Amino acid sequence: MSKVHVSTTINDDTVEFLCEPHQSLLEVLRENLGLTGTKEGCATGDCGACSVLVDGRLVCSCLMLAVEAEDVQLTTIEGIAGADGLHVIQQKYLEHAALQCGICTPGFIVATKALLDKNPNPDETTIRYWLAGNLCRCTGYDKIVRAVQASAEELAYEA
Amino acid sequence: MGGFAYLAPTSAADALAALSQAASAGTRTQMLAGGTDVLVQMRSVDKGPRTFVDVKHIAEANALHIGDDEVFMGAAIASAELNENAELKSMLPGLIEAADLIGSTQIQGRATIGGNLCNSSPAGDTIPALIACGAVCVIASPGGNKEVPTEDFVTGVGTNVLQPTEFLVGFKIPRPKGKTADAYLRFIPRTEMDIAVCGAGVALTLDDGGTCTAAKVSIGAVAITALVVPDAAAALIGTKVDDAALAAAAAASSALAKPITDKRGTVEYRKKVVGVLTKRAGAIARDRAAAR
Ligand SMILES: Cc1cc2nc3c(=O)[nH]c(=O)nc-3n(C[C@H](O)[C@H](O)[C@H](O)COP(=O)(O)OP(=O)(O)OC[C@H]3O[C@@H](n4cnc5c(N)ncnc54)[C@H](O)[C@@H]3O)c2cc1C
Ligand code: FES
Ligand code: FES
Repeated sequence: MSKVHVSTTINDDTVEFLCEPHQSLLEVLRENLGLTGTKEGCATGDCGACSVLVDGRLVCSCLMLAVEAEDVQLTTIEGIAGADGLHVIQQKYLEHAALQCGICTPGFIVATKALLDKNPNPDETTIRYWLAGNLCRCTGYDKIVRAVQASAEELAYEA
Repeated sequence: MGGFAYLAPTSAADALAALSQAASAGTRTQMLAGGTDVLVQMRSVDKGPRTFVDVKHIAEANALHIGDDEVFMGAAIASAELNENAELKSMLPGLIEAADLIGSTQIQGRATIGGNLCNSSPAGDTIPALIACGAVCVIASPGGNKEVPTEDFVTGVGTNVLQPTEFLVGFKIPRPKGKTADAYLRFIPRTEMDIAVCGAGVALTLDDGGTCTAAKVSIGAVAITALVVPDAAAALIGTKVDDAALAAAAAASSALAKPITDKRGTVEYRKKVVGVLTKRAGAIARDRAAAR
């Protein structure tokens, strides 16, 4: 089986890799590229642990072929923090105890980033619907919603 | 037997050539749109090697034209993108809402209406909505483009009229004129992320006095394919779409439905609920049409 050469941009770095045509982007991120922040919960699109941004759009990396990443801009959880430390969203998740085991957290944070980029001031219903594709078995979601609201406030204050 | 391969043609002509070449070489091909059905199925029920032919780079399948009489919607446009198009959303709210019901934010970032139809599940949410608004499928074929009304596209559970050398380019949808509007509703036990127990799409036209002059009703997840319900449309036409007319339309949908009993609902339950959805979608379409 012949491998495919893919060139793409991940977290603003140009990246080239070889992959099988049927490998998922999630598998290549974690296993070929060592970007293990993106998690696998289900591999069927149900849990959102594998969320990444493709040209700014939130998608499940388990449901995208790695070959489809040719020439796109990818953002993974590793690209969310800045050079000078955690992103506001990450900080607010910590402050609000919006994580316990943490397996769902990278996906939630990437999804929150996508939401606040699109809608800086979402109401609670919007937040809950937007995050409906991210499952968490630990927190009961309320603390996550508070962390998103606090992130929105802080980002508005900074802007 | 070959392995897996991936092709990303940029024109319908290149895609057709790739499909024909693979067919003569005996290679299995599969069109790939958002991949939200393809990848899930590749990991569970259908692991065999194939050549993926990506529709997302085909120019014709990405086109969106809103003409005076007709809307052309490319098969490769993701649901999230359709939802961000305010003009389209106000023109065909029922169809766009159906696309918006598919999965989560993440799924909508990839999933297409074309993929929903070509996957040909009895519960595909956009199928009754496409049928109700009169969508015609434009199929690229080696002999030239073919046009098939959506209600004739799906032939059974997971099967449709496409040949291995053909693919879906997009949909031609009559541009709603005057007081014409559509609506789609589905029932699921949760508020998000589930497969329809049943669904109903209604499109109708009112004259200036509020009398219904045209209607189309389609129901989903209550038979092996989405059904057109001519008796429900007939019950609405010539009325003010009042409670009595809506009740008659509901009864027509319940009577035509041939559902199965499974974990999502029994035959009796589905027949009842599909009637209720027909009534409610009819009322929404009426109110939308009246407001135009
Ligand atoms: C978590 C989750 C939730 C979901 N929720 C829903 C839901 O609520 N309602 C619902 O209806 N569905 C749902 N789905 C199923 C799926 O997302 C939809 O059917 C979606 O519309 C498929 O579109 P796609 O672009 O991803 O198709 P793909 O997976 O790319 O393709 C689906 C099928 O269509 C074929 N195909 C695609 N495009 C073309 C073309 N242009 N020409 C010819 N063949 C083509 C493919 O070969 C394949 O057989 C869900 C899926 C997941 C994973
Ligand atoms: S691992 Fe992708 S959605 Fe669960
Ligand atoms: S913190 Fe454990 S799954 Fe969310």
